[in-house]
Amino acid sequence: MHLSEAILAATPSGQLVLGGGMVLAAGGVAVGLRRLQPADMPRTAILSSAFFVASLVHVQVLGTPVHLVLNGLLGLVLGWAAMPAVLVGLLLQAVLFGFGGLLAVGVNTVVMGLPSVVCYYLFRRSAAGGYEGLAWWAGAAAGFTGVMLAAALAAGALLAAGKPFHHVAQLVLPVQLPAACIDAVVTGAAVAFLRKVRPEVFRRFG
Amino acid sequence: MTPPNWLSNGLTPEGSWVHGVDPRARVLAAVGAAVVFACLQQTAALIGALGGMVVLGLSARIRPGAVLVRLLPFNILAAILAILLPLSTTGDAVYQWGPFVWTRPGLELAGQIALKGNAILLGLLVLVGTMELAALGHALDHLGVPTKLAQLLLFTVRYLEVLGQEYERLRASMKIRGFQPRLNGHTLRTYGALVGILLIRAWDRSERVLAAMQCRGFTGKFWLLEHFRYRWTDALFGAGWLTGLAALICWELWG
Repeated sequence: MHLSEAILAATPSGQLVLGGGMVLAAGGVAVGLRRLQPADMPRTAILSSAFFVASLVHVQVLGTPVHLVLNGLLGLVLGWAAMPAVLVGLLLQAVLFGFGGLLAVGVNTVVMGLPSVVCYYLFRRSAAGGYEGLAWWAGAAAGFTGVMLAAALAAGALLAAGKPFHHVAQLVLPVQLPAACIDAVVTGAAVAFLRKVRPEVFRRFG
Repeated sequence: MTPPNWLSNGLTPEGSWVHGVDPRARVLAAVGAAVVFACLQQTAALIGALGGMVVLGLSARIRPGAVLVRLLPFNILAAILAILLPLSTTGDAVYQWGPFVWTRPGLELAGQIALKGNAILLGLLVLVGTMELAALGHALDHLGVPTKLAQLLLFTVRYLEVLGQEYERLRASMKIRGFQPRLNGHTLRTYGALVGILLIRAWDRSERVLAAMQCRGFTGKFWLLEHFRYRWTDALFGAGWLTGLAALICWELWG
């Protein structure tokens, strides 16, 4: 679900989307960085590495590999720090794998990082709260919301880019639905597990 | 699925001229090229841009296989666009099948996107992808990116390989216990636990790292021991790069 700069740069309104994405991403990343104390740096970075590695896990769906996104879980654990973590991850993906691109890093940071922050506000409390049965569902909801909201934002960016991209935009949500369901179950299981084994993962940040 | 070996990306052999250019100059050149290429609309200028990047890659003795693998995801996307975009545009019909009409403007748009994307990615891979990631972090720090962000990048890169190995160990231990991934609840729950353990190991490691850093007096500043020095070859590279980009802009405007 990486938007490519070549696609958005093809139309004038798409170029506006690229620029707007950069501005929004800069704002979100600035908030995330401001909340990071020097002592939080190693933890944020090492957890970002862990998320980067974990997102390489693939599940075969009808012969197609679907990889984990985990941006919901990222939000639950890192809060606003998810924005800079996503930016770093996307930069690395662009440079190492050729995913996304340099100019689209802004839009993509908003597309992937904003849902993380939304999940943080919506589900952190119930994931870390007193009811153990609720934690799984909060995690699953975060996993599903993370992916689907990102897909909706990506579709929105494509719709805003102009009429030629409307068909592509309509495809984004249905294509991401299986990934969202897989992320929901995995995130639910991960949250239930983490809550039992290391509850402070959800408490010490932010 | 084994994660690829990220850090030794093997794009260029030792001794390629790209390694001699200052990382800051390379980052700026890649960003500048991306901005210029993104704004090009003339097909001829775009072909020129892609051709220039191919020549750049060849002169840097970049490994074709390694580059093509990295260009593949974008080109799959470009192929999908080549099918979908001509359906959403109006204009001369190229091909018709039932209610579906593929139009020429859509095909041209898809072609432009493919040229543009490949040119930008190729420039990025040749100039920045060949860099050690630590050098990239330092270069960004020097170029005025917020220090915290540059530190985050350096830290993340530093621990990618460590956690990648941790992940490999966990996968191996799952395999030894007879785990076979399928599309079912058991597999997904197991992956949830895998992600959880990976995060806990990362968490514990970060506590040790922080303690070790605080023992050494860390207060939020990274002291860089090696600084980049701008040399005349970098100025030459910059001048050549700017000339190339200016030529492309002229081609776009008056070509």
